[in-house]
Amino acid sequence: MTLTRRRRAELIRYAIYAATLALVTWAVAATDWTRLRESFLDGDIFLRLFPDILVRAARNTLIFTFLGFTGGLALGLLLALMRLSPVRPYRWAAALYIEVFRGLPALITIVLIGFVLPIALHVRVPGTYGPGSLALAIVTGAYLAETIRAGIEAVPRGQMEAARSLGMSHGRAMVSIVIPQAFRVILPPLTNELVLLLKDTSLLFVLGTTDQTIELTKFGRDAVSDTFNGTPLIAVALVYLVITLPLTRAVAWLERRQKQAVR
Amino acid sequence: MDQAPPAIALVALEKRFGNLHVLRGIDLAIAHGEVVCLIGPSGSGKSTLLRCVNRLEQPTGGRILINGENICAPDCDLDRVRTKIGMVFQQFNLFPHLCVLDNLTIAQCKVLKRSPAIAERKARAVLARVDLLEKIHEYPSRLSGGQQQRVAIARALAMDPEMMLFDEATSALDPELIGEVLDVIRSLAEDGMTMLVVTHEMGFARRVADQVVFMDGGLIVEQGHPDSVLGNPQHERTQRFLRRMSAR
Repeated sequence: MTLTRRRRAELIRYAIYAATLALVTWAVAATDWTRLRESFLDGDIFLRLFPDILVRAARNTLIFTFLGFTGGLALGLLLALMRLSPVRPYRWAAALYIEVFRGLPALITIVLIGFVLPIALHVRVPGTYGPGSLALAIVTGAYLAETIRAGIEAVPRGQMEAARSLGMSHGRAMVSIVIPQAFRVILPPLTNELVLLLKDTSLLFVLGTTDQTIELTKFGRDAVSDTFNGTPLIAVALVYLVITLPLTRAVAWLERRQKQAVR
Repeated sequence: MDQAPPAIALVALEKRFGNLHVLRGIDLAIAHGEVVCLIGPSGSGKSTLLRCVNRLEQPTGGRILINGENICAPDCDLDRVRTKIGMVFQQFNLFPHLCVLDNLTIAQCKVLKRSPAIAERKARAVLARVDLLEKIHEYPSRLSGGQQQRVAIARALAMDPEMMLFDEATSALDPELIGEVLDVIRSLAEDGMTMLVVTHEMGFARRVADQVVFMDGGLIVEQGHPDSVLGNPQHERTQRFLRRMSAR
């Protein structure tokens, strides 16, 4: 018996729904809810995490993210402009930087900034948040440089020419005309980078944390070993989502609005 | 007695792109208030010539004199020279992230250091001149091609240029929108603006130009009054080109 193509697609779809439903049902039925609740969803432990989880841990995570991203953005822009420069040594230096710090695991870079730099050069990065933020900025800068460069190259050449024909210098045209348009193009990958950075703050524990610098993941792990219970990890996971979801939604909204205004 | 130098003078101008010899020694003088139309087949070098005049392209030989000043000299302040030379592009090149008003004021404020209020007054005046004052707060994407090109002309005029360059300003437009842009260019000519116009609109060249220059293969083949170059061309290449154009 032959089926029409549409009928066959329909049947396949129903089969997928049925399989998914079966899988979920099995997972719910097979779960040991009593033990799960005891080990990961303990209400008392959950409530005792507050307000510290917000006013200390989440706050520090946000501060590291903000400082790291701001620094990374500035560094990335500088590196992108160097990559596009007619001066060859600038291009080489930027390419070398990008290749090295994109190639290294973030954890290694953090260790380099936190421990190797002070020993080798007797330089200690100042500030409570200084070493961690700097390490994150260095890593993020390497990633953002390539994104920003692609964005600048995506702006039609005629934009620069029109700006120059009006008497703007190259730098002025970059700042007022090209870079604003480049950032519109790269808004989605930029958000992506911000979310990745937010999660990379969890690597800062290798620097050793004090009460002042403890961030979400370390806070959660400490609480787990204090209570012999997994609930703090669930709480921390929820806080991460509470931060990232509104962020990505806000950018999606911004993107939609821009599409209506421009082009 | 001293004579005022021409607005634009090209002396033995050459341009090579690698092995490609695009301009093979161009000599051309454009007097103040004169309208020169540059015509010729595609690839003849007319756009490159125009782009050399404000040094969007770097000539590889010869000199360009603006009001007698050699703008190929190493110590020449190009940004200052460019504020005196308005340019209109085939693809309009309006700034899509700025509304019409900001398109018209940004260079006034950043380059000429005009105050926002004065820049806006100027923007309104030039927009009225191209009959688009009601679009002052629109974004370029909301305008038709003809309207965008008129805004681009207004943007150049807002800088109070002494001369204007038009690089095939109507070639990217739908046929029914060409007229509104040509009307604006013609009104500028009537006001005595010095203009160098690369165009394929032969009727327009004939009516508006003081001088028509026919280029082919990187050289000026024939130049003179539009009635003679377009009406009674002497060179075989000019004749062939004009026959092809009228057969379109």
